[in-house]
Amino acid sequence: MTTLDALLLDYPAYLHGLWLTLQLATIPLVVGLAGAIPLAVLRIAPSRLLSLPVATFTYFMRGTPMLAQLMIVYYGLGQFEWMQRAWQNGSPLLLLLRDPYYCALLAFTLNTCAYTTEILAGALRATPYGEVEAAQAFGMSRVTAWRRILLPSAMRRFIPAYSNEVILLLHGTSIASAVTLVDLTGAARDFYANYYAPFAAFLLAGAMYFCLTMAIAVVVRRAEKKYLAYFQPRQTPHAKGR
Amino acid sequence: MKKLLSCLVVFAALCTGVTAATAKEWKDIRIGYEGAYPPFSQIGADGKPSGFDIDIVQALCAQMKANCTLVQVNWDGLIPALQAQKIDAIVASMAITAERKQQVDFTQKYYNSPRRLVAAKSSPIKDLTPETLKGKRIGVQRGTLGDKYATAYWLPLGVQVVKYATQDDVYLDLRAGRIDAALQDAAQAYTAFLNTPKGANFKFVGDPIVGTTPEQKTLLGEGYGIPVRKGDDDLRQQFNQAIDAIRANGTYQQINKKYFDFDIY
Amino acid sequence: MIDLMLSGYLPALLRGAEITISLAVLSLGLSIFLGLVGALAKQSRSRLLRGLSTIYTTVIRGVPEFVLMLLIFYGGQIFLNLLFKAMGLHPPDLNAFLTAVLTIGFIFGAYFTETFRGAILAVPRGQMEAALAFGLPQWKAFFRILFPQMLRIALPAAGNNWLVLLKSTAVASLIGLHDVMFIADQAGRVTQTPFTFYLAACIVYLVLTTGSTRLLNRLNLSYSKGVREGRLQ
Repeated sequence: MTTLDALLLDYPAYLHGLWLTLQLATIPLVVGLAGAIPLAVLRIAPSRLLSLPVATFTYFMRGTPMLAQLMIVYYGLGQFEWMQRAWQNGSPLLLLLRDPYYCALLAFTLNTCAYTTEILAGALRATPYGEVEAAQAFGMSRVTAWRRILLPSAMRRFIPAYSNEVILLLHGTSIASAVTLVDLTGAARDFYANYYAPFAAFLLAGAMYFCLTMAIAVVVRRAEKKYLAYFQPRQTPHAKGR
Repeated sequence: MKKLLSCLVVFAALCTGVTAATAKEWKDIRIGYEGAYPPFSQIGADGKPSGFDIDIVQALCAQMKANCTLVQVNWDGLIPALQAQKIDAIVASMAITAERKQQVDFTQKYYNSPRRLVAAKSSPIKDLTPETLKGKRIGVQRGTLGDKYATAYWLPLGVQVVKYATQDDVYLDLRAGRIDAALQDAAQAYTAFLNTPKGANFKFVGDPIVGTTPEQKTLLGEGYGIPVRKGDDDLRQQFNQAIDAIRANGTYQQINKKYFDFDIY
Repeated sequence: MIDLMLSGYLPALLRGAEITISLAVLSLGLSIFLGLVGALAKQSRSRLLRGLSTIYTTVIRGVPEFVLMLLIFYGGQIFLNLLFKAMGLHPPDLNAFLTAVLTIGFIFGAYFTETFRGAILAVPRGQMEAALAFGLPQWKAFFRILFPQMLRIALPAAGNNWLVLLKSTAVASLIGLHDVMFIADQAGRVTQTPFTFYLAACIVYLVLTTGSTRLLNRLNLSYSKGVREGRLQ
């Protein structure tokens, strides 16, 4: 059969793969971001006791490839007898780790959480001291200062860098087929293994990732315009007489 | 008349010249192997390959008096590498199937072994009936005959076919309990897994799968051969002759005995 | 003792680490070259060059590197064969290493294009204007005035690109490159103790990234000599 026939026959696999890719990207992003906020606060704390564990975590996750992390969680943990026994006995939480889906989610979540923590910590650290002083001068409580000054100010620095991380994670999920998951890339690999048509197989997957990336970029740009509009430099000339 | 004769002479000379050019004798052959399929081909800690496939190919090359270079290629990169002319032949326990014959030409078989299912001794899977298999997770190596058989005949029954990049990964997950059973070559499963300490708690389930319908038999093929590029008929014949020769002079049997205590041909 | 833990795979792992490092360094060279070319193309007056450069960065940064690697590895040789045969030449042989260098270099060339472009834009226009006013020819103005300042500004982002590049070499193991991840895969499979070997691979990467970070910090300092940092006090 021709490649086109093969594509028309097997394209549902690509759609299933796309759906899995979306899950493998959005869930870690949401959970990772939620976890990154308290972790970032700890990361910039002056006390070593608070910041060191977080720093160690981010050091390891950012210093090693996500592929290695995924392999450790999936194949590495599965090697241990106590884990295998836990699976046989049906212990609920550990049983999740038997499923490659949850292993991938765990690895991706930890990874993106670490990166997001550092991005957020960096954005918070870069807060101009004047803003902190002004908040204190106004008599704001710690919580109010965080809520009204520090976090919004950090958002301006955070959002561009984080949008990059979102795209990088989306692309990073393409390694999921290394642990038997049939995500978008996995569907392409299966198609290729069946029909030996590399261009059709991978160009189609590439095009789909590209559309997703573009969609994210458009959304981020719109969000930046809307929410950070008041941070943008002056768009109109100064009024006369000022 | 003279002119016609001279034309005929030139024509005859050209003919022999042409056939001599195409029926070439291959002296330098690049052979692709997998290296992750014990006991047929594996790579030791020193980076050197060894195994049944490796020994056979070395014997064949000695027989053909050819200079063979062994090139390691990942399983799913073998046929593409052949087609892209990175290698000239593949000795990686590749089964001769009608589907593969569309991409490559095969020599005669150099061994044969059916598919067989492996599961834990304590597993509820006792046979290969649709009722038993339904809902189970069966591991296969992506792109192998086991993969194709399971996908074609078991997937519609509600079986989950889980695909791995290498056979060893299948065993890793089988031992970890992530898959309920594994479908692969029987000789490989026996020698590399069941007969070793890591496979101590596992056994074969059901009979060897050789196909019950003509359609199944076509899918399952006729043994393992050496793929060469389509059109490289001279190389194919060279290999065929060499295979016959090493079977005749006992070299094949020697190698067979080294790895298996049964006849694998 | 470590050798025992690794069942004799230590030399193999070190060989793999060597492959990883050479892959990363060569890809870095290619990507810096492509980055400079791309950044200059983006600044050029020719609409065609600007367009090509934009297409390059947009498409490459929009696709995962693993997919690109699969495409180039499996499709690239076929493509090259067709191309060279059409020209009547013998096609070159694409092994996994070369494929990985080309792919990673090509991908990060797009990221470096953006890095260099941003850095070029950040150098005050007055610098080039003054250089040209002094009578320096265009190319001299670029190399002696614009380029050094651009490097200083680009260094943090470029350093980041390098770290990401270093880690993305791991994906090349999935197309069969015998880098440290591949060796770890293999060793783990054979001994059925993957955890040990993946941990060992992680340690290798940590050593490489930590070393790189230290080096980059030092480079940053030396390139920033004489630059006053804005401080609020």
